[in-house]
Amino acid sequence: MEQPTIKNSILSYEVDADGIARITIHMTGQPTNLFSLDFVEAYVAAAGRALQDDRVKGVIVTSAHRDFMAGADLKFIGNPPEDRRGLFDGLLRMHREMRDIEKGGKPFVAAINGNALGGGYELALTCHHRIALRKEGLKVGLPETQLGLFPGGGGTQRLPYLIGIQNALMVILQGQTPRVEKAHSLGLVDALADNEEDLLASAKKWILEHPNPLQPWDNRKYRIPGGGVMTPGGAQTIMGAIGNLRKKTHGNYPGATMGLAAIHDGLQLPIDRGLEVEARYFIKAFYSPEAQNLIRTGFFAINEAKKGKAKPEGYDTYQVRKLGILGAGMMGAGIAYVSAKAGMDVVLKDISQEQAEKGKAYSHKLLQKKVSRGYMSESDRDAFLDRIHPTTSADDLRGCDLIIEAVFENPELKARVTREAEAMVDEDKVFASNTSTLPITILAQAAERPQQFIGIHFFSPVDKMPLVEIIVGEETDDRTIAAAVDYVTQIGKVPIVVNDSQGFFTSRVFGTYTGEGALLLSEGVPATMIENVARRVGMPVGPLAVTDEVSLTLALHVMDNMREMPEHTQRIYKLYKTLVQDGREGKKAGKGFYDYPEGAKKHLWSGLSDLFPSNPDALDADTVGKRLLHIMALESYRCLEEGVLRNTTDGDIGSLMGFGFPPYTGGVFSYIDYVGPASFVAECDDFAERFGSRFRVPDSLRNRAVSNQLFYPQKQVV
Amino acid sequence: MEAYIFDAVRTVRGKGNKKGALAGMTPTHLTVTLLDELRQRHDLDTTQVEDLIMGCVTQIMDQGANIAKTAAQHSGYGDHLCGVTLNRFCGSGLEAINQAAAYVKAGFKDLVLAGGVESMSRVKMGADGGAMAMDPMVAMPGHFVPQGISADLIASKYGFTRDDCDAFAAESQQRAARAQEAGYFNKSRIPVRDINGFTVLDHDENIRPATTTEVLAGLDPSFAVMGQMGGFDAVAIDRYPEVATVEHIHHPGNSSAIVDGAALAMVGSKAAGERQGLKPRARIRSVAVYGTEPTIMLVGPAPASRIALEKAGMTKDDIDLYEVNEAFAVVPLRFMQDLGVPHDKVNVNGGAIAMGHPLGATGCMLFGTLLDELERRDLSTGLVTLCIGGGMGIATIIERV
Repeated sequence: MEQPTIKNSILSYEVDADGIARITIHMTGQPTNLFSLDFVEAYVAAAGRALQDDRVKGVIVTSAHRDFMAGADLKFIGNPPEDRRGLFDGLLRMHREMRDIEKGGKPFVAAINGNALGGGYELALTCHHRIALRKEGLKVGLPETQLGLFPGGGGTQRLPYLIGIQNALMVILQGQTPRVEKAHSLGLVDALADNEEDLLASAKKWILEHPNPLQPWDNRKYRIPGGGVMTPGGAQTIMGAIGNLRKKTHGNYPGATMGLAAIHDGLQLPIDRGLEVEARYFIKAFYSPEAQNLIRTGFFAINEAKKGKAKPEGYDTYQVRKLGILGAGMMGAGIAYVSAKAGMDVVLKDISQEQAEKGKAYSHKLLQKKVSRGYMSESDRDAFLDRIHPTTSADDLRGCDLIIEAVFENPELKARVTREAEAMVDEDKVFASNTSTLPITILAQAAERPQQFIGIHFFSPVDKMPLVEIIVGEETDDRTIAAAVDYVTQIGKVPIVVNDSQGFFTSRVFGTYTGEGALLLSEGVPATMIENVARRVGMPVGPLAVTDEVSLTLALHVMDNMREMPEHTQRIYKLYKTLVQDGREGKKAGKGFYDYPEGAKKHLWSGLSDLFPSNPDALDADTVGKRLLHIMALESYRCLEEGVLRNTTDGDIGSLMGFGFPPYTGGVFSYIDYVGPASFVAECDDFAERFGSRFRVPDSLRNRAVSNQLFYPQKQVV
Repeated sequence: MEAYIFDAVRTVRGKGNKKGALAGMTPTHLTVTLLDELRQRHDLDTTQVEDLIMGCVTQIMDQGANIAKTAAQHSGYGDHLCGVTLNRFCGSGLEAINQAAAYVKAGFKDLVLAGGVESMSRVKMGADGGAMAMDPMVAMPGHFVPQGISADLIASKYGFTRDDCDAFAAESQQRAARAQEAGYFNKSRIPVRDINGFTVLDHDENIRPATTTEVLAGLDPSFAVMGQMGGFDAVAIDRYPEVATVEHIHHPGNSSAIVDGAALAMVGSKAAGERQGLKPRARIRSVAVYGTEPTIMLVGPAPASRIALEKAGMTKDDIDLYEVNEAFAVVPLRFMQDLGVPHDKVNVNGGAIAMGHPLGATGCMLFGTLLDELERRDLSTGLVTLCIGGGMGIATIIERV
């Protein structure tokens, strides 16, 4: 007789006295349960034993980890096997094995006691019934499209049977992972349980009451809620989904399109053939450059950066327990919030108590929103606010582990507050400036200890923007860099480290985007076209709209401080000046490139075409789009060559999170790989010829192109 | 060899919904009505008719399984009569004539009946599905949008306003009403009778002589919700980024009416006509089709017409009268703007906005209307053109003989 129990590094299997088997997933050696081929093998073996054992009436599938299963193992996804055909065959084999379990005649119940995401939820879909624990923060869903993929473990074929095509499309195409109650009301899970005991008891009860369950897709009498693909309702839904998918993605995310195609093509077939259709599309999406870009930068690089990859080696953790902030304006107030949120004591200093209090009130406002929505208790709010100490006294800065100055962008003022604050803290402590424009090396001259002076550049609004650009001055030492990285990771943000230079990395490169937008306008490309094409290639906001946000006056001010202006900058300057002379200073002024009517959507100013005569045929849309992205990638490469960037990964992360460079490209350097180095250089050469020397390619990049050298060499895929 | 037109007839058009007069008449019945008419009118030796080519767009249900052969079989013309159904969307009825003409010019066939049928009350537009709109792998890269969005996009891109379109629509109604009143349609417009011989409909049901721009101004746009909820405005702008917003200006009053109807033309060689004692009325000078970008979809008539003109060795000014299908008011407006043709040469007896657009039949109907009007005015040359789904245009030039 076979051993009744199994225990290995992936799961355990045991049968109780009532003939209820339990498969408990507890992957060792990793922080959570992840869907992988190894897992499938172990699961199929355990399930097979249950099906063969006459004493077993049914199986509960659950987890011993915090998550039920957090998704697929991305290490595998980020490093795809060369043998595509082999992966496809493996996927089909998995489907066959899972189908055998579904059709095995014994009830399987997923007892979802933690997050069931992606492959984890698809595992639950192969069970006959899903009960989830009503637990704070527990999420269920299919987030795969966020990584350029789509659910490839049967999710596209099974979920529509449960909740209808329309709802399934919403979950799958938007990559939704609703909280457990919402998941229940949507039908992603069949029932809820209040505690673990109740969860297992309900699962057992269901098994005993449903001895020979049939999956909806195996039930000939079952009809998909709302109708199948080839019904009037289904057709309407699919057509609308295609239109809305383009509206959202502009066709830049083929994985989502293929997920939709899998539903369209596959759902018209019996489940086994549908799964095969899904697998064909999945393989295609899996190896798409867009998915690989998203996984490389959007997942791995950002996660590693978040853990402090940029920290120089050999330094202990620099704990920030008490933080001093100079200047309680919008930035200072935001930094206070995110730091207090991480448990730090914050001294928020300004010149008047009223200003300082106002900075603290900002946190109160943000927290109050959470309280009123029931996400936070009043006592937690009060404890949070107690950690922020508004003051006017420099003495209160004593004992701070880190000082961040966030006063006006005025070098003399910054020098004064630097000297004042530095005197209050211990000699081994670090001082940072949150400047976004002034050179750190110059600001550091005011400091007693310039080697402990560094730039920590937050983005606005601080509580929402996850990126922090750490700027290393000429004299900044490695210990200080390590401290800054530690602080940023302690507040849960994503640090990149760049060397000091005009505009650092993000502002400098983003400036080429807004500038190119202005240049296109000056060349007679209609403003509407510039803005629409920018969004079409994946930028969140058009270059003219974002210039309005920054304000044309500020842009002019920055240019006024330049020692010399190249020809194209002079053109941009002239164009901004023309508008500003007309009072069109930007969004704050209520008019810039756009008009901002009260209570209505902004729209491009109708007078633009009089000031800058344009013609839709001036330049084709593809060239407009390429100019906007190429110029940013090219400027980023110059940053790399000049040593402003220390590596390409920081550039990719910074571009995605700092200024919304399109995620499907993987960031500015991945973009050059994505376009192809030779094509990129050839196109820049063409643009340099036609549009100006700013597109001139550095020799080193040209050499890379000649030898087709990629920034992220990939294995040759069959 | 020349391809001659001996006759072209059409049924009256009934409103294409369940309350429409012709809803009880099957598309086979509508087609056979015309086959009977031609046989009686010309005392036709039906054994000499070699083929029946019919355009039909929604080839499913009543119109499935080759409606042309179905009608041929039911017509009593004889078992020898073959039938083929084709689908060039809204250009189908004209395409049928063009194909018949090509057979005749090539010497492969001597006498062919060609036209089209569409019972939009019985078979809903779109009931046959199709990958162009529904298959994500096709529709996504194809920037598919429904035709109404394309029409509104044309207006937005080329600067036609709601007032322009409403004025055109009101004029179409008035021209059609005047022509009906004056009896211009009587020669070729055939009433539909039931199986007992009772008249079911003897006029075009949709003509609204009382239509004015004031009335039209009160109608809600038809495609605003679709453009918003279906994401199709964004799709259109993705393809035409120079357009700031898609202005939704088309509504039921300035778009073609949905109707039921059939049309048939008799196409043949001179010899075949002589054998039957038929007098040629016109010859086909040239035909053309041309594909344009599919999202804007409905701008094909002008380029197709240019090709047809070039093939005939003619210029736009050599054409006496034009028939441009009024799928949406903006289509003939854009055609006139693009080709540079005055409104008093175009759709002089109204068009589909007034009388309706039975998809597969319209091309043949416009053809017949044009021929009758050339004769009535004693003019010589005419051009028929239609915009077509998927971004096609079709044109045919005829010359009276």
